[in-house]
Amino acid sequence: MTRSLRDVVFVDGVRTPFGVGKPTGQYAHTRADDLVIRCIRELLRRNPSLPPERVDEVAIAATTQIGDQGLTIGRTAALLAGLPQSVPGYAIDRMCAGAMTAVTTVASGIAVGMQDVAIAGGVEHMGRHPMGEGVDPNPRIISERLVDPSALVMGATAENLHDRAPDITRERCDAFAATSQARAKAAYDAGVIQRDLVPIATWSEGGWGLATADEPMRPGTTPDDLAKLKTPFRPHGRVTAGNAAGINDGATACLVTAEETAHELGLTPRMRLVGYAFAGVEPEVMGVGPIPSTEKALRRTGLSIDDIGAFELNEAFAVQVLAFLDHFGIKDDDERVNPYGGAIAYGHPLASSGVRLMTQLARQFEADPSIRYGITAMCVGIGMGGTVIWENVR
Amino acid sequence: MSYEEVVTEAKLRWVSVPAGDIALITLDNGFDHTKPNTFGEGGLRSLDAALDEAHARPGLAAVAVTGKPFVFAVGADLGGVPEIPDRETALTVGREGHRVFRRLRDSEVPTFALVNGAALGGGLELALHCHYRTISSGAAAVALPECFLGLIPGWGGTQLLPQLIGADKALQVIVDNALAQNKMLKGPQAFALGIADVMYEPADFLERSLEWVSAVLAGEVTVQRPHVDTGEAWTEAVARTRAGLDARIHGAAPAPYRALDLVGLARTADLTEGFAAEDEALADLIFSDELRSGLYAFDLTQKRAKRPVGAPREGARAITKVGVVGAGLMASQLGLLFAQRLEVPVVLTDVDQARVDKGVGWVHEQIDGLLTKGRVNADKANRLKALVTGSLSKDAFRDADFVIEAVFEELKVKQQVFAECEEVVRPDCVLATNTSSLSVTAMASQLQHPERVVGFHFFNPVAVLPLLEIVRAEQTDDATLATAFAVAKTLKKSAVLVKDAPAFVVNRLLTRFMGEVTKAVDEGTPFSVADTALDPLGLPMSPFLLLALVGPAVALHVAETMHEAYPDRYYVSPNLARLVAAKKPGIYTWGPEGQQVDPEVAAMFSPPADAVPLTAEQVRERALSAMAEEISIMLDEGVVAEAQDIDLCLLLGAGWPFWLGGITPYLDRSGISEKVTGKRFLPNGLASPA
Repeated sequence: MTRSLRDVVFVDGVRTPFGVGKPTGQYAHTRADDLVIRCIRELLRRNPSLPPERVDEVAIAATTQIGDQGLTIGRTAALLAGLPQSVPGYAIDRMCAGAMTAVTTVASGIAVGMQDVAIAGGVEHMGRHPMGEGVDPNPRIISERLVDPSALVMGATAENLHDRAPDITRERCDAFAATSQARAKAAYDAGVIQRDLVPIATWSEGGWGLATADEPMRPGTTPDDLAKLKTPFRPHGRVTAGNAAGINDGATACLVTAEETAHELGLTPRMRLVGYAFAGVEPEVMGVGPIPSTEKALRRTGLSIDDIGAFELNEAFAVQVLAFLDHFGIKDDDERVNPYGGAIAYGHPLASSGVRLMTQLARQFEADPSIRYGITAMCVGIGMGGTVIWENVR
Repeated sequence: MSYEEVVTEAKLRWVSVPAGDIALITLDNGFDHTKPNTFGEGGLRSLDAALDEAHARPGLAAVAVTGKPFVFAVGADLGGVPEIPDRETALTVGREGHRVFRRLRDSEVPTFALVNGAALGGGLELALHCHYRTISSGAAAVALPECFLGLIPGWGGTQLLPQLIGADKALQVIVDNALAQNKMLKGPQAFALGIADVMYEPADFLERSLEWVSAVLAGEVTVQRPHVDTGEAWTEAVARTRAGLDARIHGAAPAPYRALDLVGLARTADLTEGFAAEDEALADLIFSDELRSGLYAFDLTQKRAKRPVGAPREGARAITKVGVVGAGLMASQLGLLFAQRLEVPVVLTDVDQARVDKGVGWVHEQIDGLLTKGRVNADKANRLKALVTGSLSKDAFRDADFVIEAVFEELKVKQQVFAECEEVVRPDCVLATNTSSLSVTAMASQLQHPERVVGFHFFNPVAVLPLLEIVRAEQTDDATLATAFAVAKTLKKSAVLVKDAPAFVVNRLLTRFMGEVTKAVDEGTPFSVADTALDPLGLPMSPFLLLALVGPAVALHVAETMHEAYPDRYYVSPNLARLVAAKKPGIYTWGPEGQQVDPEVAAMFSPPADAVPLTAEQVRERALSAMAEEISIMLDEGVVAEAQDIDLCLLLGAGWPFWLGGITPYLDRSGISEKVTGKRFLPNGLASPA
C-alpha cells in the first residue's frame, strides 16, 4: 500500500469571550462544557457546506479533566452540540498547550490520510477548576530533586526567568503589557476580534445575561499604572498581575481539514500547516519553552526566523515573550508580534489559548496577504514549549 | 393568611446586541425546575417594577422576557384561591394580571417572549402579550389548562390566542386539549400551531433568540404571520366546539362554556372589553363549586395518588421474576405491563397450549406495535419479547417473586389456582389476585402462608386507567403490602389501600349506582329518561353505555355477588338477566339513524303493569342518594381511610370528572350527603367555597 502525505489547512476558528475566573466573573455560573459546545455549534453554523457527519474527530483539551471538564469532553461535547452519534471524540491535555496539541494531533491524522475533517479546541474554567486542582505530585519529584518546587508555581518560574535574563527589566515588561492592552483595545475598536467571538448566555443570581466581550481587558492601562502593582511571587520581584495573564475562563474551537477536502466541501482554507514542534525545558524556567520548540520547528521545516512574517506568542508572562524576542533579535514592540494584543489583555484560560493564537494569526494573514509564514508559539507548565508554523493561503 | 406565595422574581439584566440595548428579564423563583415559576401578587409586582426599570433607561431598544432553566412560567399561583374572601377581591386577580401583562403589549418599544421551557396558563399568556415569541424545541409543555381545573385563561388567553392563530386552533388549545385529560403541547407542536414566530434548539436557544431579536429590531427579519379569518370560520369554530361540549359534558361544568363565550366575544370586541369580560368570568369561576372541586381533585391526583395513605414505606421485596396465571386478554395485558415496566421475566400460564400461545402471541404483537410506532427501539423490542414466555406448568413459578392470577371469577377456581401455586413458589412469594368482587381473605384461607396474599385490582383498559386497588386481606402482612405498593409504583399506577370488602371501591359504587338506574327502568322509567338523568354531572359516559363497556354478563355477575353480600341495598335486575341470556352487548344498537335502543331489548324491559315512571330528576336523586349511603357505610366499615380515597378511586378508576371532585364534593354541595347521612363527607372549604 503506498501512502502519501496530504496538506492540512486551518479553515476557521472561534472562541467565547474570555472571563475573569472569580465568583464575580461573567462565567461564574456557566458550565465549562457549555462554553466549548457553543463554539462547536458556531463552527458548524459558520461553515454550512460542511455536512456534520463528515467530521471525523472532535479533540477538546482541558487541563483539569474532572466535573464539567471531564467525561471525555470531546465526545460528550460533540453529542451535546448536536453532532451525529457517529462522530467520535476524545479529551487531551498538555496544560497551556492543550488546544495547540489537539490541533497538531488531528492534523497528523489528517496528513496521514486517516481523517479528513476535525474539530479541535480547548476549554478551561479556572474559576471552577484552579490550576492544580486534584493533583497528587509524586514525592520523588522532591526527593530526587527532579523538579524544583518553584516549578509548580508559574509566577515563580517567571521570576526565575528574570534571574536568568537580567536584561529583561520590570520596566520592559510593564511597557510590553501596556502595549498589549492598547493593541487589544484598538483591535476591538476596529472590530477585528468580535468577528470570531461566540456570544454566550450566562446565568447568574440576577438572571440571564449575555457575554459578548472579553472581561479581563483593561484598556488605557499605562506603564505608570503597572509600576504601582505588587509582586506577589517574590518580595521586590518583577512579576505582577498586570504584566502577566490572569486566572480566566473560556473556550476555543477550530476546524481543521485536509486541503483537498476543503476544496471538495466548498470550505475556504485560511492557513496551511507547515510544521510543528514541542520541546521540554527546565520546569523551573518554563517560560523559555517556546525558544527550543521554535528552533526545532524551523529546523524541521527548513525555515529560518527571518522567513516568519507574523507572530502570535502567548503572553503568559511579559518576561517570557521578551525572552523569546531577545533570543531571536526581535524588538519589543515589533508590529509583527501580537499586533491585536495578547493574553495579558484577553486572558489565558489554560488549555484553550492555542487556538486563540491561531485564529488571530489567520486574521493577520487575511489583513496582509503579502505575509507568507507565521508562527503560533507558547510556553507550557512543567517546562515545555510548543510552536506551529503556518503558511498564508492566498 | 396561612398561604405564602413563592414569589417569582422578574430579574432584569442589560444585554448588548448589535441593534442596541435590551432589557432581558428572567423569571426566577429561586428554585430548580421541580418548583416551577408561577405568578401571584408578588410576582406581578416584581414584573411591574422590572418594566418600570427597563423603560426608565434612555435608548431602550427592546424588552425580552425569558425563564429559568427548563421553565418559562406555569401559570397563576392558585394556592391563595381558597382564601380569597369575596368577589371584589377575585376581580382584582384578573385585573392586576391584565394590567401588568398588558404593559408588554402596549409598550412602544418592541417586546419579546423567549419561551425557553414550560409555558402554561398565565405563563403562556404573558408570552402572548409580547409582540414576538421565540420558542425552544425542548419546551416540555405548552398549554392553557385552566378549563381542565374549572377556570378560564383569564389573563388574555381567550382574546389573544384566537387573534394570533385563529379561533379553531385556539379552541383546540383552550377547550379540547384541556378537557382531554389536560393534553399539552411540546415546543415543536406549539410552533407548528403558530404560537411562536421562530423555534431554536435548546443547546443555544437564548443566544440564537437574542440574535433574532437583534435582527428583527434592525429590520433584517420581517415576521410574517398567517392571516386570521375573523368571519364565518370563527363563528363556525365556536359553534362546532359548543356542539362538541354539549355532546360530551351536557353543560355539567361552566368553565369551558365561559371560555367559549369569551373566544366568541374576541372576534369583534376590543381588548379592553374582552379583558374586562375575562375578569368577570374569572371572578365568577373562582367562587364556583366546580373550580373548588377541580382544585381538590387536582391535589388528590398530584399528591395523594403519589403517596398512598396507609402504604407501608419500608419492607418492599425486590421483584426479579413475575408469574401470571391465565392467558386471556386481561392476563395478557398484565403480562405486557409487567414486562414493560419491571423489565423482568414474565411467565404466562394457562390450562391449554393454545391459550398460552395466544396470550404470549398477543403480547409479542403489542411489542411489535410499539416498535413500529417508534416507542421502543429494536434492541428493546427484542429484550421485551424475550422476557415474556408461556408455560403449561406452574413449575416456571419456582423462582418467581410475584405471581398474579387473572382466571375465571369464581372462588373455588381461584382457591385451586393459589393452592397449585403454593406447591411451587417460595413462602414469601407474593400471590396477588386481580379479582374484582370475590373475597381475598377467602381466597387465601386454605393456604399455608395466607399472609402473602394481596388483592391487586387493575382497571380496564390496563394501559389507560391508572388506578390500582390494593386489597389488604385479613392476614396480609406488612411486607407483602409494602411490596404490592412498590410494584404498583414501578408499574406507574396510582394505588389506593382498600380493606377486603365485596367489590372494593369502584365496582361497589358503580354497581350500586347502576342498580338504582336499572331498577328505575324495570319499574317503568323509559330508557331515554333514565340514561340521560345523570347528564348534569357530565360523566364520561351514560349508565347504559357504561354497562355496554363493562359487559352485561360481568355487570350481572357483580350485581349478583353484591346482592348476596348486601341484599337490602344491591338489586339484581331480572331484565338484565334476560339481556345477558340473549347475549346482547348492551341496550343500544347503532345504525343509519345513529344510537337507538335495540327493540328486542326494549321488549325485555317493557314497563310492568304497575309502572312507576320516574322523572330524570328523581332517577338522579335516587342513584346519588344510594351512592351517598353506600359511601357512608364504606367509610364506617373502614373500606378506605377517608372520603378522599373514594374520590381518588372514582377519578382514576372510572374517569369521573374533576368538576365533581370525584363524587363526594358533588354530593356535599347538592345537599344529598346531608340528606342521606346527616352530614357532609368533606369539611367545608376543602372542595367548595368556604
